[in-house]
Amino acid sequence: MTGNFFYFLTFVTLFAAIGVVASKNPVYSVLFMILTFFALTGHYILLNAQFLAAVNFIVYMGAIMVLFLFVIMFLNMREDTEKHKPMLSKFAAAIAGGILFVVMIAALKDVNTQMMQPAVFDSQIGMVENLGKVLFRDYLLPFELASVLFLAAMAGAVMLGKREPGEQNRF
Amino acid sequence: MNEIPEVIRTIPLNHYLFFSTALFCIGIIGVLTRRNAIIIFMCIELMLNSVNLLLTAFSSYRSDPNGQIFVFFIMAVAAAEVAVGLAIIVMIYRNVRSTDINILNKLKW
Repeated sequence: MTGNFFYFLTFVTLFAAIGVVASKNPVYSVLFMILTFFALTGHYILLNAQFLAAVNFIVYMGAIMVLFLFVIMFLNMREDTEKHKPMLSKFAAAIAGGILFVVMIAALKDVNTQMMQPAVFDSQIGMVENLGKVLFRDYLLPFELASVLFLAAMAGAVMLGKREPGEQNRF
Repeated sequence: MNEIPEVIRTIPLNHYLFFSTALFCIGIIGVLTRRNAIIIFMCIELMLNSVNLLLTAFSSYRSDPNGQIFVFFIMAVAAAEVAVGLAIIVMIYRNVRSTDINILNKLKW
């Protein structure tokens, strides 16, 4: 039952990812992207990583995708605004990506990943309580440095978005 | 409460490897084939997410919380990256009225 659900979610994720790449209209791309993130949230829940599922749901599906959708509607993009690459270079790009996929699968096919030890297995590591303890005990300095990163990103975004004095005022 | 989740018992970890590889390659194909800067940006997010899922899968199968903490930091950095990147794209659009990457080829020379 759960196994079938895993394969269903995998199918939905790959389908939506192909939709992101293939759809002509950027708004449809963003909607497919939201579907991808929704399926990935389902994967996190299946893996019992509930904290990451919540963060993925709020940060990715909530914040980042709204930002993308907002920018796309703000820039007023239509289907005909994007000129397409020549067929030959598209074909070459698809071949290159497909060959990378084949090489990776061939390399990873026989890898031995059976390392789950039922004796010491702890299914509760993905809970907020456990991750919070680890985060504030072992990763306190990176956590604080992330706040500096966010401050820099916020200042950078505001500075980039501001209009320069000599800039044309047509948009 | 400490029973092993069913997906970890029934699904081999290799399937997560294949799935993440497929998602990553779809992202690469998107970056290589599209010309709209925003779509390329979204394909980069796709690749980031495939790596996130693989890290989470390894972390859950080994019941080691460090991998999930790492995914949390990747998500934080990705949020900052999206804010700055979209600000740059909006600024480019204001100046050249397009987000086509073939117009923005001055850095190539």
